[in-house]
Formats: sequence, C-alpha cells, structure tokens
Amino acid sequence: MMEFRPILSALRRHKLAAGLLVLEIAVACAILCNAVFMIRQRLAQMQVHTGLAESGLVWLMTDGVSGDAATPVTERNLAALRGIAGVQSVATVVSLPLANNDMNFNPSMDADGTRRGPNVQLMLGSPGYLQTLGLKLVEGRDFDADEYAGMDVWMPQSSSMIITRALAGRLWPEQDALGRTFWIGNRRFRVIGVVDHMVRGELRGTASEYVALFAARPASALSALYVLRTDPASRGRVLREAADKLMALNPQMLINDKGTYADLRDGYFAGDRAMAWLLATVCVALLVVTALGIGGLASFWVAQRRKQIGVRRAIGATRRDILRYFQAENFLIVTGGVVLGMALAYAINLLLMTHYELPRLPASYFPTGALALWAIGQLAVLGPALRAAAVPPVVATRSV
Amino acid sequence: MFGYYLDLALHSLKRNKVLTALMVLAIALGIGASMTMITVLHVMTADPIPGRSGQLFYPQIDPRPMDSDNPTHDPPDQLTWIDAMNLLHARKGVHQAAMTGGRVTVVPPQGASHAFFTPARSTTADFFPMFDVPFLDGSGWAASDDERRSRVAVISRDLADKLYGTPHAVGQTLQLGKYDFRIVGVIDRWNPSPHFYDLGMGNYTNEPEQVFLPLQTALDLKLSGANSMSCWGKFPSDGDLRKASSCAWMDFWVQLDTPQQVVAYHEFLVNYSEQQKALGHFVRPPNTRLRDVMAWLDYNHVVPGSVQLQALLALGFMLVCLVNTVALLLVKFLRRGGELSVRRAMGASKRSVFAQLLVEAALVGLAGGALGLLLAIFGLWIVRQQPVPYATLAHMDGVMLSATFLLAVCATLVAALFPAWRACRIVPARLLKTQ
Repeated sequence: MMEFRPILSALRRHKLAAGLLVLEIAVACAILCNAVFMIRQRLAQMQVHTGLAESGLVWLMTDGVSGDAATPVTERNLAALRGIAGVQSVATVVSLPLANNDMNFNPSMDADGTRRGPNVQLMLGSPGYLQTLGLKLVEGRDFDADEYAGMDVWMPQSSSMIITRALAGRLWPEQDALGRTFWIGNRRFRVIGVVDHMVRGELRGTASEYVALFAARPASALSALYVLRTDPASRGRVLREAADKLMALNPQMLINDKGTYADLRDGYFAGDRAMAWLLATVCVALLVVTALGIGGLASFWVAQRRKQIGVRRAIGATRRDILRYFQAENFLIVTGGVVLGMALAYAINLLLMTHYELPRLPASYFPTGALALWAIGQLAVLGPALRAAAVPPVVATRSV
Repeated sequence: MFGYYLDLALHSLKRNKVLTALMVLAIALGIGASMTMITVLHVMTADPIPGRSGQLFYPQIDPRPMDSDNPTHDPPDQLTWIDAMNLLHARKGVHQAAMTGGRVTVVPPQGASHAFFTPARSTTADFFPMFDVPFLDGSGWAASDDERRSRVAVISRDLADKLYGTPHAVGQTLQLGKYDFRIVGVIDRWNPSPHFYDLGMGNYTNEPEQVFLPLQTALDLKLSGANSMSCWGKFPSDGDLRKASSCAWMDFWVQLDTPQQVVAYHEFLVNYSEQQKALGHFVRPPNTRLRDVMAWLDYNHVVPGSVQLQALLALGFMLVCLVNTVALLLVKFLRRGGELSVRRAMGASKRSVFAQLLVEAALVGLAGGALGLLLAIFGLWIVRQQPVPYATLAHMDGVMLSATFLLAVCATLVAALFPAWRACRIVPARLLKTQ
C-alpha cells in the first residue's frame, strides 16, 4: 500500500500549481460529463421508432399546374405505379413522419367546443395507406373501402378515424378508445382502430405521437405525395422507374423531390448529427489539453526534483517506488479534480435543465467520468514518471 | 528596454521547446474552438437590416376567444386577414405592409414542360420602400395597383437572368401558372439574414423569394398559400379559411420613425382592440405587442438553443485551456527563480522583471493566436460543410479576425498576471543562498 502522507506534504509545497491542475481537471470533468450526456441524448433521439416499416419505403413529391379537375389523375397514376415490377403497394398521403411539415388541430372533446384536447396531427391518405406505410394496428380495424370518401375543403367526409396508442392514452387514459368520439369544428369523428406507433412530421417531446389518421379518396390534382413499398434492394430502381412513369403520364407534372424514407430520416436528424460530432470533437480536444497540462506539469516536477529522487534512490528506494510515487501523486490530484468536477457537473446540469430543457444527469455518469479522468491522468503521467524512475542514485552526490 | 525583454523571452522560450509548444497548442485549441463558435453566434445574431431595424415594428393583437387552448398570454404571432387589412388601411405608420409567403409555378418562355417552382411573396406596395429593397431595374408597384388588383410582379435578378437572359426585364411578361403578369421591377440580390420579416420560411433561408406579387391579386388568383396558419374556435367548414376571422396567417410590418410615433401606434393598437371588442368582434381585453426587429427575433428564439450551447461549451473549453496555461506559466516562471533573483540582485526593479515575464507571455499568446486563427478558419470550414440552414453564414469577418488576436493576447496576459506576480515576489537573497 502506498503511503500518501509524504506526497501530500510535497504537494503542500506546490499548492498553487497543484491547485490549478485540480481546477483544470474539475472544469474539464464538468464539461465532459455534460457534453457526453448531450451526445447520448441526441443519439437516443435519432433512434426514434417512427412506427413505419421504413426499410422498403420510397416517396415522390409532385406538383404542377393542373388541367381539368374531372380526370382522376391521382388514381390513374397510382394504378400505373402499382404496375412497376417489385412494387408491393402504393398510396398517396398528406405528409410523412419526420418530413418537417404537418397539419395540426386541437380536437373538441364535446359538441359545443368548450373542452379542448391537445394539439394533434392530422394524417390523411388514399386506400391502403396504413398497409403501405407498414403501420401496425393493435386494436379495432383498418378503414373499409367505402370509408375512403371525398373531402370537404380540408376535412374528410368519412367520420371514421384511427388514432395512435399514445393519443388514445392521452385522451382516454386507461379506457377503451374504440368507439369514442371527438369533434373538429362541427364535425364528429369516431375511433375505429388504434395503431401501435406513428410519429408526427416533427418530434415534439411527449406529444410526438399524437396523430389521428383519416381516410379520403385522392384528390385529382397533380400535386401529391406518393409512397411506394418495395423490397429494400430494389428501392433505387423503383424510384427511378416511378419518376419516369409519372413524367411520361403527366407532361405537366413537376417532381419536387423524391427519395427513400431512409434519406428523409437522415435529413431530419442532420442537425443533431452535426451537433453530436461537434460535441465529440470538443470532448476529445478537452481530453488532449488536460492530458497535456498534466504531462507538462509532471515533467516540470520531475526535472525540479531530480536531486531528491537521487537521494531517495541512494537510500534504498527502488525504481518502482519512484514510479509509484508519481503515479500516486497524480491519482491524488485527479481525485481532487474529479470530486470538485462532479459538483460542478451537477451545477451545470441544473443550469442547462432550466434554460435548455435537458433532463437530469444520470448518476452513472459520475463514476464513469471519474474512471475516464483517472485513466487519462495515469496515461499522461506515465512518461514523466518513467523518466523520474530512470534517475540514477548518483545524482544525489552532485551539487545542482 | 522592450527589445531586451523580447530577446530574453525568445531565449527562454527556446530553452524549453516542448513546454512552449504545449502552451501555444493549448491556447490555439482554446482560441480556435471558441472563436469558431462565437463567430457562428455573431453572424446569427447580426442585425438583418442595419440602420432600419430600430424603426421597423411588428404589431400583434389578440382576437382569440376567452377559452383558447394556447396557454401563453402572448397574442398570436400573426394577424387575421381582416385585422391586417384594417391596420393596412388605417395608414397610421410611415410605411406599412401586409405579407405572406408561398410558392408559385413559373412557366418559362420555353413552355409548360419546363415549369418550375420558386419561393414567392405576396405583399403590398410599401414593402419595397419600407425594407429599402435595392432595385436594379424599374421599381415596386404603386398602392393603386394593390387596390386595382393589377397583374404586376417584381422579380429577382436571378430569375430575370434565368428567364430572359438579362436583368433588365421590366415590361416582360411573366407567366405564373395560368396567369400572365407584367414585370415592373427587378431587384438586386437581397436576402436579409435572419429572414426577419417572415420567420415562417425558416429563420435562415438560402432560397429567398424570386417573385413578389400584389397581395390582393395573388389571393384572388389563389396563387400563393400561407406558410403557416393557426385557427381557433369554430372555423368555417366551407369556404376560404384565409378570409375567416378565426384564422391568423398574415405577417404585418410597420415603419415608425420617432418614439412619439411608436407611442401613438401602440395607443392605436389598444384603441383598435377596444373598438373591435365594442363591435363584438373581439372578446378579450386589449392585448397588444409592438416589437422592433431585434426584439421580434429575440421573442421568436431565432438563434437556436443548440448554437448558444455550443458557444457556452466553447467558452468552457477556453477556460480549461487558460487554467492550463496559468499552471504551465506558473511552474515555468517559478523555476526561473534563480535567473530572476540574479536580475533582481543586479538592480532590476520588480516592475521590470514583471514586464519581462509579461512580454514572454504575450509572445506565447501571439503564437497561440496565430495558430488559433488557422484552427478557427478550419473550424468554420467544417461548420459550413454541415447540413444546417445557417451554415453558409459562417464566415470570419475583419472584426472577428482582430478580435481573435486580441482575445488570444489578452487571455494569455491575464493568465500570466498571477504567475508573473508570484515570480516577482521571490526574495532574491534567499534564493541565491540556496543555490
């Protein structure tokens, strides 16, 4: 067991330098804990389960100057897309999860509109769209063919709707949601089914899955969002063929954007990914600077104490003892820094919680952070400590 | 004297190259990281319309019913069509304009198969003089064009080049969807950042509007929708939601040149709310706001929280680097006790030893600043590669360039103050004796 007392008394003679190093390690530790926590938060958010069977989905967003409204353009296009080899199903929808655009409403929970529900996304699609997207029904049934009726301006005529389990739990906690109703404006809608998961156009914390799904016949306009399901391997080909086919059928049509669902998801999280990389870079730079500081100070001390080391060696200390001395000294300093750093990390976390809506730092970060800094400290001190251990006893006999 | 100090400093720094390199590297990393993030923050919080931002105001009024779902006390961010028209026609400001953003289909002279979409703005005549929009050819339309619903348009230089091969396109015909418009003006490149007058398009946009149309004309032809709309109460299930008194979707700006005008306009908003309440159109007591450009950006949290966090993080990093420098300078200076004692014993005053040490620190700071600048330029290049909307703004300007050097030298000098002071306090006799 190492004797700490002589180390402490030696450190007392270098209070300032040692104190500064403790401070540096503390600030580094505090920043590191919070930065790593933020990285993990962002990575966790990027793992969000959209509720869709994402791997085989591709989409095309079209627009254009419509000709006459009488021809059922969209239905004709859907039939044509269905004919492409490898396409399992096709539908049009108003928006896709994580597409950054959505239509929202606040339902009325009674007929005269005094009791309002939370903000909910309105999802709308053509026959079979639940299946195309790969949404999983857990209760009730899917829409019947005759429920895909027309639209009144922007509300579907059919009064049937399917909601997510999250929304059911919010509106009717611990009750059966099937058969329940709410109002939008003066129209009443009835729940016929519940889907497991589906997220909105943009994530909104606990309200991310408040979605109500409705059924409607596709409008006969050139502007639409087509979704196709195929097997993942032929996504690229299907997307190309679908675009060619739509352009051939509708010379007036413009394809604004197209891609796989994976592309769309990547785009949604691009900012988060950038931030995670930036945080990680700063963390690494921080560790490097801290290690440089520890190493620099240690080599100074070694150079300064050459004579004392020589004396210790001359009166019987082994190389190992010298090595251990510097390692133990470093351990003490880093421990001081870590203890102070934990308190600081906690304080910074509290501050961020009030200003940036971050959750509380989990307790597991403290021991992990301490281990990381101890490891960095020992690595940084190894070189100078080995140099110290190599000091020959004969140094003791030389004057300066 | 300074030359001698410089000589001594260079000599001392050369003697311990590794430690000097460590200090320079630590300062450079700290400066590089913090300047990268501060530059991003600096360009993002810049005034989008310098010289005018204090005179442009965004009025808000509250036409919602009592039992609204919105828990905040702030009025809606946009105006209803009716209120926007009332404020516009009241003409209480120096200039005022109602506006909304959207997209239009441009059918080029080559034919419909080459049609494309472009961002457009529907607004009223005062938009151009109020925001000081630079014209290359022609001018904006007149207020009478708004009333007469004239089919006129102002387009951007880029669109003019693309369609007609020349920026001088006044008098040409622009086909939007099925309708023809006469071009009355071409504006030079103009894209205020942040896109303050309509944050619904995104706070920072790389695709500014290419087409400007009179609001009434665009609405009549159903050419341009709203970027965002919020409705409350019972909205009509038929007809046009845009004309409904329970749907807010218009942006509105007013120019007020003097503080008296601002006070008067605020009173006007309160009076208007009371009058509407008396008429039974409004239910709530007057709840109005009148924010200028910078206050409006602040209210809308235009600078993303993540950018502020990054700047904080970079400053924390800078702090670690500084503490690191202080510790290294401290051991470096204290170890030179012998040399400093000799200088003191030979008659150098405390002040001159102090100055000598600071010169040495300043040298380290300059070197760190130069390397840090390179790192910051590299860091900004990395930021520009990121797929975030503000990325293209991340450039270093002259102010930030000089600030970087100043910060590096000042930070190092501050870091050196304490070690240098400690080193000066050594009693020369004692140290010389122990040697």
